[in-house]
Amino acid sequence: MKIAVCVKQIPDPATPYRLDPETHFVVRPDDQVLDDTDRYGIEVGLQLAEATGGTVVLVSMSPAGNLQGIRQALAMGADKAVVISDPTLRGSGALVTARVLAAAIKREEVDLVVAGTESTDGYAGVVPQQLAELLGMPALTFARKVEHLDGRLRIERQTAAGYDVVEAALPAVVSVTAGAVEPRYPTFKGIMQAKQKTVDQPTAAELGVDSVGAEGSGQKINEVRPAPERAAGRKVVDEGEAHLEIVKLLEQAKVV
Amino acid sequence: MKIWVFAEDAAGSPASIALEMLTKARSLGGDVAAFFVGPGSDSIWSALGSHGATTVHHLDPGTALPSAAAAAALADLIGAGDLVLFGLAPTDRDVAGRLSARLGVPVLSNAVDIVVGDSVAAVNEILGGTTLVETAFTGSGPHLVVVRPKSFVAESGEGGTPEVIPVPMPDLGHAGSAVIVERHEEPAQGPKLSEASVIVSGGRGLGSAEKFGMIEELAGLLGAATGATRAIVDSGWVPYAMQVGQTGKIVKPNVYIACGISGAMQHLVGMKDSTTIIAINKDEEAPIFGVADLGIVGDVHKVLPKLIEALKAK
Ligand SMILES: Cc1cc2nc3c(=O)[nH]c(=O)nc-3n(C[C@H](O)[C@H](O)[C@H](O)COP(=O)(O)OP(=O)(O)OC[C@H]3O[C@@H](n4cnc5c(N)ncnc54)[C@H](O)[C@@H]3O)c2cc1C
Ligand SMILES: Nc1ncnc2c1ncn2[C@@H]1O[C@H](COP(=O)(O)O)[C@@H](O)[C@H]1O
Repeated sequence: MKIAVCVKQIPDPATPYRLDPETHFVVRPDDQVLDDTDRYGIEVGLQLAEATGGTVVLVSMSPAGNLQGIRQALAMGADKAVVISDPTLRGSGALVTARVLAAAIKREEVDLVVAGTESTDGYAGVVPQQLAELLGMPALTFARKVEHLDGRLRIERQTAAGYDVVEAALPAVVSVTAGAVEPRYPTFKGIMQAKQKTVDQPTAAELGVDSVGAEGSGQKINEVRPAPERAAGRKVVDEGEAHLEIVKLLEQAKVV
Repeated sequence: MKIWVFAEDAAGSPASIALEMLTKARSLGGDVAAFFVGPGSDSIWSALGSHGATTVHHLDPGTALPSAAAAAALADLIGAGDLVLFGLAPTDRDVAGRLSARLGVPVLSNAVDIVVGDSVAAVNEILGGTTLVETAFTGSGPHLVVVRPKSFVAESGEGGTPEVIPVPMPDLGHAGSAVIVERHEEPAQGPKLSEASVIVSGGRGLGSAEKFGMIEELAGLLGAATGATRAIVDSGWVPYAMQVGQTGKIVKPNVYIACGISGAMQHLVGMKDSTTIIAINKDEEAPIFGVADLGIVGDVHKVLPKLIEALKAK
């Protein structure tokens, strides 16, 4: 089975991000990291590839920066990567992202596309569904468990009430939640091999996608403003009696 | 402008987010229609009607995963300048994404407000809710927005029984072929998380799954629902249905008690609008204290047992 895993490079979440005051786009540092939640999708892809003697290609749209995050992903064991790293993509919304990813995935002729349910920095949470529509595939979304049964995929789909077991034939898109699997750590050998692996870097135009970037996204940021702040509260260091403060407040709130 | 509200069945009622969105749609004026997915019933039509829908388009997907079919059916119904509202819920998100790709129009997600003026704009919260971003659609539409639960308060109005129009299931071949083969509910004890007026939540600071028992005991004494962070859901201590936050439930109880929770941005966006927030954390610098009305710097294993004893003694 040939599997594409969509992974995103993002600014390191440990360092607070900035918005460009003029464009309101996120200022992207050169060194970006692999979105931590994508490790679950990679692990799902690798396990299915191992079980079926298949391959994993990473697909990523990265409007800026180097390939540090992609190398992290390759180090986990994926075979190669396609990275659309094109400055004209800056400011692209989710649909443009999905169009670019879909065009790259079509060239790879895969049986399965794996994505996360939402990215850490963008969290629009619609790219996998947009991809499925563009590729004419069913989307098995919010999967907390993924199984491959002879040309079909069966997942446990998280719902508000619990979960549903959902099935579809391949080719399909699956979006996986954190917690679906335990992602492996890259080995030293994996890290060394990642440096040699193929990383294709087509432009959006080469993939046949025009109307990209902020212009092509059909949306524009009007304003960025601070949210109304919550009044500062009281802090009490527990010296054995702090629970009484909670009881007092619960009484005031008429809970007890 | 016509406004459409996506409404999914939730155990025989319209999902509460749909009623919240209908209430908002009604306040924006104009014609309001609901697109309901599920078996449907008279009580559902009357709930949708009283909240503002004058027509209900009804798709009964049977055992099909409805996402692709609902998107295709909606694409045929909606007009160029229409506004279409979805909730931040799994099937709503599926349909919004597919519809966006099908029509070639953007979808704005995570909206906490909708502004209709010369253009249509959605307001988002970023950076853990400290910053608001207003994004406008620049195209002619239709405009698709995914709304975060509890952004609007559901209130029924004057509306009567809506006209119900059945929508046939479109045949989409392979793209529409996903089927639901089993449904599982993970019943929670006590009040429902999204409706509870008091919530006691636990995080990784509890140390182990067994210690979640303290959260349950405290919740029992207060008639509260229990909540959790993603960290302990992913670790398998408690089911996903308990997760509070960006990718879990959005809650606004009267009192929220956070025990051993750091207060990551993704957790805060799910609970920071609670009326009163109490936090217990041993790290004085924990970000949860930034939103807490009462912050106890202390060990949950010491504070919680004493709190439970004190409440039992009452
Ligand atoms: C895309 C995305 C979506 C996410 N969605 C969600 C979501 O919906 N909900 C959610 O909750 N998270 C979500 N997260 C995860 C979030 O970023 C945090 O990792 C998570 O909320 C942390 O959970 P925690 O507070 O239990 O654990 P930790 O961050 O590990 O915090 C544990 C806290 O307990 C304290 N502590 C330790 N021992 C004690 C003790 N004995 N007594 C008192 N305090 C103690 C520590 O000081 C610490 O502050 C999401 C992340 C991403 C990337
Ligand atoms: N720029 C991107 N490159 C590759 N994959 C992406 C990109 N943006 C989103 N995705 C995929 O879509 C999922 C959901 O992202 P989002 O819709 O942005 O919240 C992510 O977990 C990724 O798998």
